[in-house]
Amino acid sequence: MIRTTPFHERTGTLNQSGLWQHWSGHLVATRYQASDKFEYFAVRNAAGILDTSPLYKYRIAGADAERFLSGILARDVRSCAPANAQYTCWLDERGYVLEDGVIQRRGDDEYLLTSAEPNYAWLADRIGRLDVTLEEVSLQVGALAIQGPRSRDLLCRLLPAAAELPFFGITTGKIAGRPVTVTRTGYTGDLGYEVWTDAADGTAVWDALWDAFDGHGVLAYGMTALYMLRIEAGLMLLGVDFDSSRFAFNDAHRSTPLELGWAWMFKGLGEDDGRPFIGRRALLREMAEKSSRWKMVGLVVDWEDYDRVYRAAGLIPPKDHRPVHEDWMVYDDQRQRVGYATSFMYSPVLQRHVALARVRPDLAKPGTRVHLEFTVDHHYQQVAAHVARLPLYNPAWKMA
Amino acid sequence: MDRYDAIVIGGGHNGLVNGAYLARGGLKTLILERREMVGGAAITEELREGFWFTTFSYALSLLRPQIIHELELTKHGFLPLLMSTRFAPTPDGDHLLFSRDHDANLREIARHSPHDADAYEQYDHDMDMVCQAIKPLLDAPPPDLFSSDPEELAALAGLGAHLRTLDRRTLHNVVRLLTGSAADFLDGYFQSDLLKGYLASSSIIGSKVGPRSQGSGLVLLFHSLGEHDGQFGTWAFHKGGNGGFTQVLARAAEAFGAEIRTEAAVERVLTRDGETTGVALADGTEIRADLVVSALDPRHTFLELLDPRELPDDLVEDIGRIKYQGVSSKVNFALDGLPRHPMLGATPDIYRGFMNIGPSMDYLERAFDDAKYGWYSTDPYIDCAIQSTIDPDMAPPGKHVLSCFVQYTPYALRESDWDAERQPMADRVQATLESYFPGFGELVLQREVVTPLDIERTVGLSEGNIFAGEFLAPQMYFFRPAPGWAQYRTPIHGYYQCGSGTHPGGCVMGAPGRNAAQQILRDRAAD
Repeated sequence: MIRTTPFHERTGTLNQSGLWQHWSGHLVATRYQASDKFEYFAVRNAAGILDTSPLYKYRIAGADAERFLSGILARDVRSCAPANAQYTCWLDERGYVLEDGVIQRRGDDEYLLTSAEPNYAWLADRIGRLDVTLEEVSLQVGALAIQGPRSRDLLCRLLPAAAELPFFGITTGKIAGRPVTVTRTGYTGDLGYEVWTDAADGTAVWDALWDAFDGHGVLAYGMTALYMLRIEAGLMLLGVDFDSSRFAFNDAHRSTPLELGWAWMFKGLGEDDGRPFIGRRALLREMAEKSSRWKMVGLVVDWEDYDRVYRAAGLIPPKDHRPVHEDWMVYDDQRQRVGYATSFMYSPVLQRHVALARVRPDLAKPGTRVHLEFTVDHHYQQVAAHVARLPLYNPAWKMA
Repeated sequence: MDRYDAIVIGGGHNGLVNGAYLARGGLKTLILERREMVGGAAITEELREGFWFTTFSYALSLLRPQIIHELELTKHGFLPLLMSTRFAPTPDGDHLLFSRDHDANLREIARHSPHDADAYEQYDHDMDMVCQAIKPLLDAPPPDLFSSDPEELAALAGLGAHLRTLDRRTLHNVVRLLTGSAADFLDGYFQSDLLKGYLASSSIIGSKVGPRSQGSGLVLLFHSLGEHDGQFGTWAFHKGGNGGFTQVLARAAEAFGAEIRTEAAVERVLTRDGETTGVALADGTEIRADLVVSALDPRHTFLELLDPRELPDDLVEDIGRIKYQGVSSKVNFALDGLPRHPMLGATPDIYRGFMNIGPSMDYLERAFDDAKYGWYSTDPYIDCAIQSTIDPDMAPPGKHVLSCFVQYTPYALRESDWDAERQPMADRVQATLESYFPGFGELVLQREVVTPLDIERTVGLSEGNIFAGEFLAPQMYFFRPAPGWAQYRTPIHGYYQCGSGTHPGGCVMGAPGRNAAQQILRDRAAD
């Protein structure tokens, strides 16, 4: 039997589409109603609520927790003060990404790490003699993402402390009398929060939120809308935009954090105190030698060229918002292969086809023209596109 | 004295589009708007605290997609929100409810007529083919039939060549739609009265025709020429209504360097020896420019801003003959909650798009009968949209705004006038809604009534015609607004037209504004 989440009692009745999918062994809604795009707009224009409980969650505590994490997480967790969270990644000793996730520093010596795939053994095997306890709490903790421009005002009705919560800040309180942790995090590139609750309190917390949101245009959104939102936000998806080095058969399936566009996590590395962490030397060498093979960028398809190709074939140029998670080749003006796209969609807010793609680092400058290949009328066609900075969509209210 | 390269008269959507393109083309451009806000007939007003009304125009589809890209509208907040349902209730409590699930829609149609399910797919496909054939004609001036200039002859030959690319069925459908009635066209596909009524509603919008009138096919075709994110014939609701959209246009125009001045009514266009020299405002101010573009309707553009003596006689006659005869009203409501449908209840899921009160072609045709004899419909056709279910910013939490487009309400009433009939007409509308949604009246917090006379008074559209001249074959393409003057020029050098009274026509399309700007910039390059 497939597992359900702590909120399934409610999401199960809300889902009118009957469409479900599996996420980390849990049943989650693909979409709740006939239109996934309508759910997407609820997030971009008002707010949406997503059951994100299937994430893996690890509680890491003890006097040496910071020391432990600063040695295994590539981004310096010591700069994360209590009541803050960090988007981070962990690497192998060759500097390839194992996985990404969010580390919440819930107290001086207490952290919660979320990840897409199981990491218990990898974490446990690296504790050594440190005073650290590691506990998997995936099933004990339910998580709801409340995302969109109205999310702050709505959440404040139940939890006034959310009003002042900074980007990636953490606060605690009670919703429906049940203790919750609220982080200003998400996977949409919009203003947004995640509510972490005891699994047993799932239904009560959902009901309180749902009642407070009534009349505000809030919709539950499913996985299709989530994938649309995350592509516009330039947020990578494991298994789609990159793979874990741990299980890769060759280096073509490995990525370094610099190749994934995460150089911002390592500002000042090299001039720091020499913090040892797994992959440090490889990362420094890649920086010094500029040996990255790729750079992750956004691509924005040239609308005139796109229309031209389809019109020439007598077709109505399709503008399908549903994400395509496949490899599409990228070429330069000389028709040499210079990269590949891994996520593609028509973005309603940008009114353009967009992609997340790797290109050769020398072509990563925004505005650089490349050509994206796909099939039209069962023939390969190349359509002009230009390189764009990630995130592709970055509203002013996200960080405000 | 102020001096500009270009002055655009009228800050409606076409004036804004035109001004933005001219500024983008490097001209120092001034857009003048008579009212205190830009937008023309595409405005959104807070008539009650927290309730935003789309006073006139209320949805988006025909906007040419190039404009979004070329004017970089997404940088300025362009956000066409999906309308995810379409709902057509019947008087006996039944309904057609369409969602964004195509297969489910076919099942819904089959519930009313098994025959019509695949007929609908055929219709949809045929309309797509027709729209693909017609759309390229929207984005350029019509060739001048009356010129022997080689370029015009080449354009005419190009038009012929384009028509030659169409298959027989499509070309025939084009002609059937351009010349025939929507009823004849739809009868060729469908059996269900409800489905036919629903589809035929698009054949009467804004026009003094019934679905059985010759010419309603053209209106049906015109309303199918839009798209939302590449899906032909579908509509969206812009964030903040069409007023939200025109605010985006205004920001884009300003970003390109255009200046916008409101409460600046233009009294006349200044000319000297057949050349444009500027405009005179109602307050006596004169502003100089060699290029003036009117976004107003043809009656204003030719006969009011100019002295008719400056124009050729035949043009004055042709402009005087243009049919306006507006038949559309708006009745907008602030509601205390969602209307309750007898079968489906008060769920927002049925209200996330247009709701069509026009349950059969007979219903629409009878509504038209009243108008033929100078009166408003006893049982009106109503195109409703509860826009707050799509954009919650339109109304306070739990409250709603309902936009109702109403037909027929002829501009010229027999033995009465709109100042007397405004509220009785709105009462008919409200009573009609009450019959479909018992208890509707108790939800009404406020009602705004906009008759053709109000449209004329407030927006300046002659006789309240929402398209600035009816969609009748003799008033389209080569002949819009008048034979020989379909290329946005006027007999006065430097004076141009860019409003909905020019090709391709009305609706929030922007094509007249864009095409005119391109013509102007080409003419200047050639001068």
